Amino acid sequence: MTKAAPEALTSRKLSVRIAGLTLHAPTMLAAGVVGITTHLLHRALDSGAGAVVTKSIGLQPRESYRNPTVVGVECGYLNAIGLGNPGVEAFSEQLKKLDRGLPIIMSLFGSGPDDFSRMIPILKNTPVKGFELNLSCPHVKGVGVEVGQDPEMVSKVVSLVKRGVKKPVFVKVSPNVDSVVEIAKAAESAGADGITAINTLRAMTIDIETKRPVLSNKFGGLSGSAIRPVAVRCVYEISTSVRIPVIGCGGVSKWSDAVEMLLAGASAVQVGTGLATQGYSVFSGINEGILRYLDEHGFESVEQIVGLSHSF
Amino acid sequence: MSGYPTHSDRPRIVKVEESRIETETARTIFFRDEASLKAKPGQFVMVWAMGADEMPMSLAAMNDKGRSAVTVKPWGPGSNLLCSLKSGDVIGVRGPYGNSFTPKKGSVLLVGGGSGVAPLIPLSQTLQEIGAKVTFVLAGKTSGDLMLLGEAKKIISKPPHNLIIVTDDGSAGVKGLAPDAVRSLLGKEVVDQIYSCGPEKMMRMVFDLAEEKRIPVEASLERPMECAIGLCGICAVGKYLLCRDGPILDSQQLKAVSKEFGSNRLDRAGRVVPV
Ligand SMILES: Cc1cc2nc3c(=O)[nH]c(=O)nc-3n(C[C@H](O)[C@H](O)[C@H](O)COP(=O)(O)OP(=O)(O)OC[C@H]3O[C@@H](n4cnc5c(N)ncnc54)[C@H](O)[C@@H]3O)c2cc1C
Ligand SMILES: Cc1cc2nc3c(=O)[nH]c(=O)nc-3n(C[C@H](O)[C@H](O)[C@H](O)COP(=O)(O)O)c2cc1C
Repeated sequence: MTKAAPEALTSRKLSVRIAGLTLHAPTMLAAGVVGITTHLLHRALDSGAGAVVTKSIGLQPRESYRNPTVVGVECGYLNAIGLGNPGVEAFSEQLKKLDRGLPIIMSLFGSGPDDFSRMIPILKNTPVKGFELNLSCPHVKGVGVEVGQDPEMVSKVVSLVKRGVKKPVFVKVSPNVDSVVEIAKAAESAGADGITAINTLRAMTIDIETKRPVLSNKFGGLSGSAIRPVAVRCVYEISTSVRIPVIGCGGVSKWSDAVEMLLAGASAVQVGTGLATQGYSVFSGINEGILRYLDEHGFESVEQIVGLSHSF
Repeated sequence: MSGYPTHSDRPRIVKVEESRIETETARTIFFRDEASLKAKPGQFVMVWAMGADEMPMSLAAMNDKGRSAVTVKPWGPGSNLLCSLKSGDVIGVRGPYGNSFTPKKGSVLLVGGGSGVAPLIPLSQTLQEIGAKVTFVLAGKTSGDLMLLGEAKKIISKPPHNLIIVTDDGSAGVKGLAPDAVRSLLGKEVVDQIYSCGPEKMMRMVFDLAEEKRIPVEASLERPMECAIGLCGICAVGKYLLCRDGPILDSQQLKAVSKEFGSNRLDRAGRVVPV
């Protein structure tokens, strides 16, 4: 297992405050990527992640789609895992076995206010630092972006969860909407503490020999380097339109990608697909690179470079 | 069916060249795939049975006169479809993925049960080539369940190498379970290294016996897999991702996951269930 360099782990320059949470580094694990067990969440933290987001959890246990659920394409990956998860009750029990105080954010999905309100009693006793609402998954009917494309629905869900859990609530948005800014503003007005941008882009790939779609679900979400320019644009647009912090996600696998996100206005970054290409060392690699960049460009802290591109 | 660039994590479409009857229901499927030729013993490929599923399968042969092979035992829709394929049908293959066995010289013991014999076949060949003394325990429920017996006999053909067949009902070879054969072997022979693949409870028993004698073990585990590239997490065994850190774990790692090894795994909903 790769250990983060001691300097990058302890340097106060890397520390960021988002929505009342202090992270020792701005590099987080994105939702749905390895965060299905407490051991794997812990390993990401041990590898230098400043915080980790769990796999998206729903009210009921749910099996993943039949494979193929993941396939490589130029510059990225398509996935249609299908929100497989053990259900909020079982997962909360797992989380209770971890040390309290770890920077864990639980990702949640639901088909509307009803699902979320039924999860709240369980969430009240779940030892996490905050929640991220997945209102943006592009490949499961009736949830994700189908909830998250309607500003009114977003507003209802956010205010309901916010009232219920009394912890920071982040809203994860999709680029597959008319206006990502409008959705982010609706979330902010309803009391969201931050925006995570972006989830995957709805996409498809077909095998030309057999003429069939590769993913069993036909449609999936595109992630990886291919979507970084879209993510950077969304982060820029959102962070210039709302006051709450934005977490940048999409195609970050190197320190330079992370710096670009920070300059675009992200207060922190999340890494998903980068784990496939870099392994767990992706976190320490990014942290060390950001630190070098700060030194070379004469900055005292990460927070000083957030949104610097806005002045042009 | 190639000749154009494609992503290394995208299925390559290959023809089934031969589907060989292994047992009444299991089949060994031969195909030609350039990337699989370069795989190492213990590595696996993701095999796409179109319309049904995509599953991890250990390579039972990497380069058998230019052909690679997987040995499939039918369980669910995916493996059933694979076992029904005929020459000329197509499958998708991506990989090879995962780590590989570390071949050691000296006196080595291979313990394979069911389809778990598959990766031990190319391993036993490599071990002989580097000069190890190979004892191969090949186990199945009955004589009809023994997999890749022909291959094993061809490779383990003369002393000092030794092929020991074990069946639960004694319909072939020694009667009993593979761990019984291992226990009696360890009582009379010096073994420097054990390699195992098969039912996890069997491997656990073998591991516990080896621990008593402080013999290092490499065991190839099975878990459901979705991505096979370290993203989905469903193949977790303790802190390890079996697709990346495995499928082969060594004694130290097996000790670290002692609670899970032989006991539980995640299902496709991420629930903890018995192995
Ligand atoms: C690294 C690796 C290598 C593998 N190599 C091989 C191989 O060489 N040959 C091979 O046949 N399989 C191998 N497998 C297992 C294979 O990937 C599938 O799990 C298996 O074929 C069942 O898939 P399925 O989709 O047909 O059945 P599923 O729909 O996944 O399962 C159907 C039912 O069968 C049960 N089941 C599935 N597998 C087993 C099992 N092994 N023991 C007991 N119950 C089971 C399930 O719990 C379920 O109830 C390997 C797995 C891994 C991780
Ligand atoms: C295999 C896989 C599973 C994912 N599962 C989830 C999920 O459960 N919830 C969620 O909000 N996002 C999920 N995502 C989206 C990622 O969190 C992230 O938003 C997206 O992949 C873009 O970032 P990346 O390019 O760094 O991967 C998943 C992505 C991948 C590749």
